[in-house]
Amino acid sequence: MAAVTTGPARPARPAARRLARTLALNLAAVAAGLAGWALLAGTGLQGLPGPAEVAGRAGELLADGTLLDDTLASLRRVLTGFALGTLTAVPVGFLMGWYPTARALLEPYVQFFRTIPPLALIPLAIVLMGIGEVPKVFVIFLAAFLSSVVAAFQGVVDVDVTLVDAARVLGAGDRAIFLRVVIPAAAPFILVGMRIGLGSAWGTLVAAELIAAQEGLGFRMQQAQLYYDLPTIFVGLITIGVLGLAMDRLLQLAERRLTRWQERR
Amino acid sequence: MSTAQSNPTDPTSTTSSTSSTSKLSFRAVGRTYPVGDGLFTALGNVSLDIADGEFVTVVGPSGCGKSTLLGMAAGLVEPTSGRVLLDGVPVTGPGPDRGVIFQQYALFPWLTVRRNVEFGLRLAAVPAAERRRRAQYAIDLVGLTDFADALPKTLSGGMRQRCAIARAYAVDPQVLLMDEPFGALDALTRVQLQNQLLDTWSRERRTVLFITHDVDEAVYLARRVVVMAARPGRIDRIVDVDLPYPRTEEIRLSADFGRIRNEVWHAVYHQPPATPATRAT
Ligand SMILES: Nc1ncnc2c1ncn2[C@@H]1O[C@H](COP(=O)(O)OP(=O)(O)O)[C@@H](O)[C@H]1O
Ligand SMILES: [Mg+2]
Repeated sequence: MAAVTTGPARPARPAARRLARTLALNLAAVAAGLAGWALLAGTGLQGLPGPAEVAGRAGELLADGTLLDDTLASLRRVLTGFALGTLTAVPVGFLMGWYPTARALLEPYVQFFRTIPPLALIPLAIVLMGIGEVPKVFVIFLAAFLSSVVAAFQGVVDVDVTLVDAARVLGAGDRAIFLRVVIPAAAPFILVGMRIGLGSAWGTLVAAELIAAQEGLGFRMQQAQLYYDLPTIFVGLITIGVLGLAMDRLLQLAERRLTRWQERR
Repeated sequence: MSTAQSNPTDPTSTTSSTSSTSKLSFRAVGRTYPVGDGLFTALGNVSLDIADGEFVTVVGPSGCGKSTLLGMAAGLVEPTSGRVLLDGVPVTGPGPDRGVIFQQYALFPWLTVRRNVEFGLRLAAVPAAERRRRAQYAIDLVGLTDFADALPKTLSGGMRQRCAIARAYAVDPQVLLMDEPFGALDALTRVQLQNQLLDTWSRERRTVLFITHDVDEAVYLARRVVVMAARPGRIDRIVDVDLPYPRTEEIRLSADFGRIRNEVWHAVYHQPPATPATRAT
C-alpha cells in the first residue's frame, strides 16, 4: 500500500531545476553559434551573409507573404505524404505482424523498396505522374511509409500474446483486438516509426521540390541559388530546420503522453 | 463419474444427458504437438467432470499439461482428440462465459484498474451506467476501491492479480479458469489472496478450475485436488478434500489438513517413472 503515494509531484523539483539548467545551456550554445557566425561573416568569407542580414531578408520575405506561402506549400506536401504514409503503414504493419501469409507476401517488397532511396524514384514518379503535386507527395509518402511500416510491424510482433489471449477470453474479436490491444501495445513502436517517418518525409521534401515546383521552400532556395541570393537560401534552410525540429518535438510530446503507462520511464 | 466417450468426435451428440450435473466436462481430451517427424503427447486422453459451483485445483510437475488442460477449457487451445463441454455444449473458442486469470496478470498496462475491469463490459456494449456499476462492484469485491484510477505499473503484484480477478468477475462468467495465479507472489501475499479468493468465491459462487504447483494451496482451496503426471500428461489421481468451507487458519493448521496435504504431496513427488512411449508416429 505504501508504494502508491507517488504522484507526478515527487520528481518535480529536481527535474524543474535540471530543465532550467539544460535550457540555459541550450540558449548559451545558440548565442555562441550566432556570435561565431557573425564573426565569420564579418571576415567577408565567400560573401557569407551575417545573422542580421538573414534576419532582414526573413523580414522582407515574411512581409510580402512569400515565406508564409512557401512554408504552407511545403508543409502541405510533407503532412499529406506523412499522414498517408503512416496511416497506410499501421494497417500494413499490422497485417504483416499478424498474418504470416501477409508477411510472406509483403515483406519482399518492403525490404526491397527500403533499399532504394526514395529520391531515386523521383525520375520515375515524374514520368508516371507528371509534374504536379502527385509525384512530390508520392515520394514523401513512400519515404514516410517505408520508415514507419517496419516499426509498426515490429510493434505488432512484440505484442504480448497473453494480452491478446486476455482480450479474447473477455470476448474480443479480431477487430477489437486490433483496436484495443494491438494498437495501444504497439503505440510506442509506431510513434518511434512516425518520428523516423517524419524525418524521412521532411528530408525528401526539398529534393522533391527542387524538381518542377512553383512554390515551396525547396523551390525558393533553388531560385535563390540562380541569383546567388545567399540570404534567402539561409532563410529557407533555417525555416526547414526550425519546422523539422518543431514537428519532431511535437511528436515526441505526443509519444510521452501516449506511452506514460509504460513501466520504464 | 467421468464417462470417456467411445466416439468423442461424433458431432451430433451435443446435448449429452450424462453431463446434466456437471458444469465443465473434459471428455477424453488429448493434445499432441508435432516434434521432428513424430508427435509429442502433451496431454493424453483426460476425462474430468467439474460440478456447478465446485472449486477444483490441479497440481502436477511442470510440463504435465496443466496449462494445456486449462487452455482447452478457455477455448485458447484446441484439443487434437476428445472435447470439452460447458453445460453439455462443446467449447469451440474463447468466450466471456469463462473467465481466465493468468499467472502474468495480463492487465492492459495502458488502462487504469477501472478501465481494465470495464474492458469486457465495453466489448459486450453494456450501457455506460450499468458498466460503471458492475465494474465498481467487482473492484470493491477484490478490495481495490481506493486504487480504481491507478495504472497497473503503480500496483504491487498482489494488487495486480486482484485487478485481474475483478476484471474476470466483471463480465459475470460461469467458470473461472486460473493458471497459477499466485505463482509469482511472495508467501504472505499468497495466503492473503487465497483467503480473499475463497471469500469472493463464497459470495459470488462460480465453478473454479485452479492450477497451482503449491500443494498447500491446492488442498486449502479445493473440494477436490486433481494430481497430474507427465509423459504423457494425464490425471494420476483425484484426492477429495473433506474439509468444510469457509476454510480458516485453524483448518490450515489442522491434523486433517496435514493428512490430506501429505497424501497429495506423496502423489505429486513420488510419481511412477515416465512411460517410455511418449512419442507416437
Ligand atoms: N505450442 C507448443 N508446441 C510444442 N510443445 C508444447 C506447446 N505447448 C506446450 N507444449 C508442451 O506440452 C507440455 C505441456 O505443457 P503445459 O500444458 O504448458 O504444461 P504445464 O502447464 O503443466 O507446465 C510441455 O511439455 C510443453 O513443452
Ligand atoms: Mg503451465
